Amino acid sequence: MNAASTNTVETIEHPRTLAEKVWNAHLVAEGEDGTPDLIYIDLHLVHEVTSPQAFDGLRLAGRPVRRPDLTIATEDHNTPTLDIDKPIADLTSRTQIETLRRNAAEFGIRLHSLGDKEQGIVHVVGPQLGLTQPGITVVCGDSHTSTHGAFGAMAFGIGTSEVEHVLATQTLPLKAFKTMAINVEGALRPGVTAKDIILAVIAKIGTGGGQGYVLEYRGSAIRALSMDGRMTICNMSIEAGARAGMVAPDATTYAYLKGRAHAPAGADWDAAVEYWETLATDEGAQFDAEVFIDADTLEPFVTWGTNPGQGVSLSETVPDPATIADQHERAAAERALEYMALEPGTPLKDVKVDAVFMGSCTNSRIEDLRAFASIVKGKRKADGVRVMVVPGSARVRLEAEAEGLDKVFTDFGAEWRFAGCSMCLGMNPDQLAPGERCASTSNRNFEGRQGKGGRTHLVSPLVAAATAIRGTLSSPWDLQTEGEVH
Amino acid sequence: MEKITTVTGTAAPLRRSNVDTDQIIPAVFLKRVTKTGFDDALFYAWRQDPEFVLNRPEYQGAKVLIAGPDFGTGSSREHAVWALRDFGFDVVISSRFGDIFRGNSGKQGLVAAQVAYEDVERLWAVVEAEPGIAVTVDLVERTVTVGSLRVPFDIDDYTRWRLLEGLDDIGLTLRDEAAITEFESHREAWRPTTLPIREPAESGSL
Repeated sequence: MNAASTNTVETIEHPRTLAEKVWNAHLVAEGEDGTPDLIYIDLHLVHEVTSPQAFDGLRLAGRPVRRPDLTIATEDHNTPTLDIDKPIADLTSRTQIETLRRNAAEFGIRLHSLGDKEQGIVHVVGPQLGLTQPGITVVCGDSHTSTHGAFGAMAFGIGTSEVEHVLATQTLPLKAFKTMAINVEGALRPGVTAKDIILAVIAKIGTGGGQGYVLEYRGSAIRALSMDGRMTICNMSIEAGARAGMVAPDATTYAYLKGRAHAPAGADWDAAVEYWETLATDEGAQFDAEVFIDADTLEPFVTWGTNPGQGVSLSETVPDPATIADQHERAAAERALEYMALEPGTPLKDVKVDAVFMGSCTNSRIEDLRAFASIVKGKRKADGVRVMVVPGSARVRLEAEAEGLDKVFTDFGAEWRFAGCSMCLGMNPDQLAPGERCASTSNRNFEGRQGKGGRTHLVSPLVAAATAIRGTLSSPWDLQTEGEVH
Repeated sequence: MEKITTVTGTAAPLRRSNVDTDQIIPAVFLKRVTKTGFDDALFYAWRQDPEFVLNRPEYQGAKVLIAGPDFGTGSSREHAVWALRDFGFDVVISSRFGDIFRGNSGKQGLVAAQVAYEDVERLWAVVEAEPGIAVTVDLVERTVTVGSLRVPFDIDDYTRWRLLEGLDDIGLTLRDEAAITEFESHREAWRPTTLPIREPAESGSL
């Protein structure tokens, strides 16, 4: 029996999931007696907020960065989206950015600073440079690192102590995750998007449903999505409590990667694809849990509360907490409605907004901007609604401008900004005022997330666009019934 | 990190579920470049309310926070743990924790003690009936004791061992450095590197 057939036999004997394959390929040392495995990290993304204390720790211990060539930094959370050529007005923000610049220089780490064409939200930058690839491990001191799982990578957020640990050792001690299959079968109707799938998943399993799991998104509706759509879905895995979400790589993945700066080329490309082709979950592999979502019947989704699991179809009404059986969920819903200033039974489409935010690592890639533009083109925004469009990266901004999307947005009455995290979390001046209500393409509707006292409804780019036109929570379907769409 | 075996002190009951890390410390406080000085930022929005539990005189100086389910969900910010530590908490009790928060806690000497929800209710009842009563969290026995009530808690063996021994993670890992070097020696050439910087191919995307 030759080596190849031996391997085949082993594969049949031990059908494995995508997550198990990637995990096993990165085992530096197997844990014993309850100690964790030591896992190798292929790519470490760094930004200004969660890294200063980690670099400080290295300095105190006299430790170098083990692999600067597997590390890349950018500035995103704090950066202004206006006047980026001027000094940052907020002194503490400026200090944090300057600290990152000093640390990157001292430790020999590649940094894309504000004004650089590769600057942007860390989870937009990695994929667009071709650094995020199937089968690799990716970490970052940011919970939305799960985004990169769209490529079949194992990618998850870490705390600052772990950032220091990866800088020093290029590894992390980790306990194996359980696996959960999220099967999404069927075809999305026009007007329904990846964002609606993931909001429906979180509403179904809850904000804690994925704790301890890696989610694998599967099924015909996932296969039909572009990479940008898959990234939107994997991005919000953490909102279901899962540190990582993954999609098996396929022709869509390879087509996205080919030709990107750091994608393999020539013979390396062929070797890589040959390996990537082995990553998909084997037939017969067991998941620890399974969830099923019907794509055919999904509608545009919206959150009504203060956690991402508090969502319903946009055609529904604000739920009545009294009808919620679970006592914690009921109490949480009561608190949420008070914070959101919503009455049970109100049709969600009657809810007026003050602002629309189109951006964040969930929905700020070129396809998201194109989707938003397709709805608002040739129209004017509703009076009194502030509309902000923030591209995910400087490259996305350039690409959008090359297509003329910036003109579509400004003609519509929207503000066209520079790249960054912006109003997703309001660390820079882009914030809601107390009491303001926002339809946001971002990922968290937590109390005060977009500014103290601000109220957030999570939506897709298409719903954000229709809402900006009508001034109330709306989907493209509402525009069609009014004959407002071409 | 200091070794921890038991913590004894008063407890504060936080009767809320889904306490995400944005509530524990809002993003505007994440701009500092130090690991300390975050006590004022803890639960910043909620503390504006004079009736908030941590503002009430009977719960001042508490070392143990007893919270509802799904504590520490959301953002990875370790500042949430630093803020809890700076404020004076050594232990957080909940029936379920966000995964990243739980990991961060173990690295900063904050005991994240997972207690069955019925037992959380019982702890709340005792502490609210007699604020200031001493609570003892025993990491060796994995128990929480208050008055005549004793309930068990879960914490994974590895985290418990590191807390008991006060061990530094990086130091532990570097004992395996030879294995890391060996692993790196057969890392495939086509796997991505960030350096040297490469420009996109002309035919590729922008």
